Amino acid sequence: MRVSVLYFAALREKLGCTAEELELAPEQASVGALLALLRARGGAWAEALAEGRPVRSALNQDMVGRDARLSAGDEVAFFPPVTGG
Amino acid sequence: MQLEDFDAGAEIRALALAGVGAIASFVGLVRDNNEGAQIGAMTLEHYPGMTEKAILEIMAQACARWALLDCTVIHRVGTLRPSDQIVLVVAAGAHRGAAFAACEFIMDYLKTRAPFWKKERLPAGERWVEARASDDQAAARWEENHR
Repeated sequence: MRVSVLYFAALREKLGCTAEELELAPEQASVGALLALLRARGGAWAEALAEGRPVRSALNQDMVGRDARLSAGDEVAFFPPVTGG
Repeated sequence: MQLEDFDAGAEIRALALAGVGAIASFVGLVRDNNEGAQIGAMTLEHYPGMTEKAILEIMAQACARWALLDCTVIHRVGTLRPSDQIVLVVAAGAHRGAAFAACEFIMDYLKTRAPFWKKERLPAGERWVEARASDDQAAARWEENHR
């Protein structure tokens, strides 16, 4: 299934990527599995998205946890803790 | 969400609706210093679409928890200078208890749930502002079992 992934702020800078589209297998259809897939790229991806790093996730513009399920056409976003206001 | 500045007085007056007896407001500004460093400018990045959605949800929660007649939130994005206005929250109700509480609640939730990120320009270079534990603690106060 195809999903879009967006990256924001310091995470976007570390990864050198603003957005991309990915094809996921059924067993990769969760936020956690997607993160593991991205980490497997190594380098900055493995470091910035390492377990324990404060990376927040959103699915179709709602904050979600690692166990959120993904469907075709979903928009996922990863970013650092927010600092607005 | 907007690049342009806002007029807090005008926004407060706009909520002087029928039945309103109390209007509480908050304005957040860009400070000229942070952790000992002089700030030349601050850039606010946001997640278009999610920021509007998150703020509307926060406002809806405020209206559900307190007797409000209306509320307004304006948050600027883009590059701002020290002393520039960043954010406005206005809450209007019949009485001040609801207005004060809702105004503070909206700010505490905005600080922890709305997807904005601040980047400071300092003499030494640029730095992303780090989220604070105190903001999470402030938001946690409003959990139902805290009150």
